[in-house]
Amino acid sequence: MATKQAQALGKWALAPSVAVLAAWSFVPLALTLYFAFLRYNLQDPDNTGWAGFSNFYYFFKDPYFLKDLANTLLLVGGIIITTVVGGVFLALLLDQPFWGRGIVRLLMISPFFIMPTVSSLVWKNLLMHPVFGLFAGIQKYFGAQEAIDWFGRYPLLSVGIIVSWQWLPYAALILLTALQSLDEEQKDAAAMDGAPAISFFRYIILPHLSRPITVVILIETIFLLNIFAEIKVTSVGGFAGNLTYLVFSQLNDATDVGMAAAGGLVAVVLANIVSVFLVRIVGKNLEA
Amino acid sequence: MARKISNRRKLLTTIIAWVIGLLLFFPIFWTAVAAFKTESDAYTLPQNWLSTPWTLENFGIVQERSNYFRYVFNTSVIVILSTLLGLVFAIPAAWSMAFAPNPEGGSKISSLGWLGIVLGSLAICFVALYFNNWKPTNAVIGILLLFIFVVPASLWAWSRNTHNMLLWMLSTKMMPPAGALIPIYLIFNRNGLVFRDWGWANWGDYNIMDSFWGMVPLMTLLNLPIVIWMLFTYFKEIPVGILEAARMDGASLWNELSRVLTPMALPGIASTCLLNLILSWNEAFWSLNLTNKYAAPLSFFISEYSSPEGQFWAKLSAASMMAIAPILIIGWFSQKQLVRGLTFGAVK
Repeated sequence: MATKQAQALGKWALAPSVAVLAAWSFVPLALTLYFAFLRYNLQDPDNTGWAGFSNFYYFFKDPYFLKDLANTLLLVGGIIITTVVGGVFLALLLDQPFWGRGIVRLLMISPFFIMPTVSSLVWKNLLMHPVFGLFAGIQKYFGAQEAIDWFGRYPLLSVGIIVSWQWLPYAALILLTALQSLDEEQKDAAAMDGAPAISFFRYIILPHLSRPITVVILIETIFLLNIFAEIKVTSVGGFAGNLTYLVFSQLNDATDVGMAAAGGLVAVVLANIVSVFLVRIVGKNLEA
Repeated sequence: MARKISNRRKLLTTIIAWVIGLLLFFPIFWTAVAAFKTESDAYTLPQNWLSTPWTLENFGIVQERSNYFRYVFNTSVIVILSTLLGLVFAIPAAWSMAFAPNPEGGSKISSLGWLGIVLGSLAICFVALYFNNWKPTNAVIGILLLFIFVVPASLWAWSRNTHNMLLWMLSTKMMPPAGALIPIYLIFNRNGLVFRDWGWANWGDYNIMDSFWGMVPLMTLLNLPIVIWMLFTYFKEIPVGILEAARMDGASLWNELSRVLTPMALPGIASTCLLNLILSWNEAFWSLNLTNKYAAPLSFFISEYSSPEGQFWAKLSAASMMAIAPILIIGWFSQKQLVRGLTFGAVK
């Protein structure tokens, strides 16, 4: 047990972090809440005063709102399904013994370290370009008349592919770590009993992975709700924008602080729904 | 006892794993190859690598046109200073929670105390309003917020027990940047009405938009919860028995910290720094929104290529490689530690 002296010191050692985090988490939020009820446009400084709920009203009536909300949910949902299913597969694969495991592991984890702006531009130009891109080249090699214009015709899907590529290694790495903590003896016992691979996966691996999968889903959701650079840099905000992008464009293009703040609050509410569950799971683990 | 696995199965797994690994790595490889080609070759399909005149000129052009080294300098300043600043806050906090925990919530504030805090905050607000001739300008609202939210919130958080404190810190990481963008943007920007109305525009041209003064603290705050958490999980693994033994032998608190704890904590601190380095190096949301010239980091530098003129793929690839190479190598070395930091200890 810590001494009294250490306890007293500990209290004060904690204080600076608590203060800055409290300021960081409450002040911007409170200001956003305040701005959301103001008439406040950067281009129109004379138009001030309380706006009541009209910012929310117009934000919800904005034709982009429903579309961008749907895009947000589609992106989050699609990417999570892709990365978790792919991640389980990759983790199982990497858990097998084979030659060059270390190198393959490095190759697979690499996309996660790529800056979002880099991966967006590389994918958009070098790979997905409708004329010179590699995908177009492959399609033409197999005799297609006209290659798919990825960002022109399927902007949302294209963004989803890029972000999935970035987050697949994350899911795989974490599930692999969890898989490696599975008891060797349990595996041996199952192998000795002659358990077929499918039921081994169904009754031993999947239950063991259920908690890591939940953690991956929740943490990815937190990050994926905020996809921004991929949309901005590939200039598909008008077609495949999400809520984060909508808030940005309200601030940047429409310079309407009030509306942007109202949108920011919607994003906060969405993120909070997820974070409640995540915090609870992490909290349970903390006690164990 | 390991299960025996036939060589044929191992060969099959090897092939599948290598194919998938190479496919996932392929975009990076393709970029690396394009970086060494001439512009017209970068656009040519199918490629013929035998006849390609390999060249290093793209790297020179990128440096010449957009001064790559300035962006590297900017990124390094932001990343290194924010990591150091983060450690200054996080090490004491993590130490305190790991070694001197408050199981039942330390400084309990009595209900009378809370009443005092609330009344005091209100009183200060009234004083602020009084000196402002009862006009609720933004200056007053700023002070109001400070006292209504920050002071009680800090005290409230401070009186939590360690368990809830950790969870509260984690929850601050979950606020979406879209929710904080507007106030931060306006506070950073002296042309924003916030500064104008708050009467703080008298600070003259002082403007933290697009400066290290804004970006470094911001980056610290963004990653502080993760840094504290990761350090905490590392500190937790240091056996308390050793510290107690040192104490038994008559070591003072200072000696206990500097001679016993620090050497054991260093590896954990190092890997925390690496994670923080990766996260802030790749950060894009705030960099794209709050910088455009003086403090612009590499992610902004690359985003400049989103609206180029003429052929630019080879130059884009060269710039991309220069932007990702350092962090890719660091990432390879620290991948094992990453799991801990990126799951808040929920997966080990």
